[in-house]
Amino acid sequence: MMKIALYATILLVLFGGLTYIVADLPFGAPPVSDMDDYFIRNGQEQTGANNIVTSIVFDFRGFDTLGEATVLFTAVLGVGMMFRKMKEGEEYEND
Amino acid sequence: MTTELLLKLPYFTVVVLTLLGLAAMIFKRNLIKILMGLSLMESAVNLFLVATGYRTGGVAPIFTNAPSPHMTLPTVQALTLTSIVIGVATSAMMLSFAMVIYKKYGTVDADKVKKLKG
Amino acid sequence: MKMTKIVRTTADVFYPFCLVFGLYVVIHGHLTPGGGFQGGAVMATGAALLIVAHAYTDVTRRIRKTALKILEAIGLMMFLFAGLSGILFERPFMGNWMALTGKLFGTPVAHGPNPGDLNTAGLLPLLNLGVGIEVLGGLTIILLYMLSGIKEEKQP
Repeated sequence: MMKIALYATILLVLFGGLTYIVADLPFGAPPVSDMDDYFIRNGQEQTGANNIVTSIVFDFRGFDTLGEATVLFTAVLGVGMMFRKMKEGEEYEND
Repeated sequence: MTTELLLKLPYFTVVVLTLLGLAAMIFKRNLIKILMGLSLMESAVNLFLVATGYRTGGVAPIFTNAPSPHMTLPTVQALTLTSIVIGVATSAMMLSFAMVIYKKYGTVDADKVKKLKG
Repeated sequence: MKMTKIVRTTADVFYPFCLVFGLYVVIHGHLTPGGGFQGGAVMATGAALLIVAHAYTDVTRRIRKTALKILEAIGLMMFLFAGLSGILFERPFMGNWMALTGKLFGTPVAHGPNPGDLNTAGLLPLLNLGVGIEVLGGLTIILLYMLSGIKEEKQP
């Protein structure tokens, strides 16, 4: 009971603190946008694609996409390792 | 202060979603419900990333039949794509962990799965 | 545990449309919103429809895990080799050597808003295709493995 009251108080304090911080952030007019203006102005003639987001994901920052495809591959590898077939003599108790 | 907060409604939604996800992770004992709280927090972070790059009256940064040349920022949207895929990968791994834990212990209560070996 | 006849028939009729729409989103990734990851998720939804509607034994007879593993590996290999082909043509790794030259995917693009042309953007459609095939294989394999861990209840 005391632990639950303590955690609830911490959450309420966090709520007040985060709302106070978030009210100061600018919304609707980002103050620094030089890199994105360069991408919008020169993305079509340097890549040849109409979609600026795809040209950023696959051409200007393609190395991050290689890492992301590897993460997806590793996740499938991990799930396949969890559900392997049991050999003789090994079994789970509540299968 | 409240009118200022209503003008910045996406940021307020981010705060509410983060605290709801954190409360679900702290107060619940079922493993599946803890994973739901983690997925809520990941959604809140993605919303915060996209809301940072908004320009008032802007359209999507795509030049095919674009209505106007006043566009929102495209870099943050690329970061959000990567974040969503990584969230899918971690959720798949954690759910398969929960299934194997149920097969070994017979319960998914986080207070009862405590044996370190055997 | 299989669903009723109406649900099974509807799923059998509907899943090719999901696959075709997903392939459309993948191929037109450089013109409309979409790309590799989004189109791969739509294609995996078509496969998930089949898994939900049919019983486990019927599904594993139709969709084999070995074919999906090979498909996923081919997708990642296509991405890697398309990136390495930039080194052969005196560009950095994953450099766009096909754009704006006029041969395979190389039509020049007009500046500003324009109706899109499919023949543009160089290396980007090949990378999109590789990632789309990998995401389709990966998400379907995850669903099949999780389905195999569920204990079947005996139907009365």
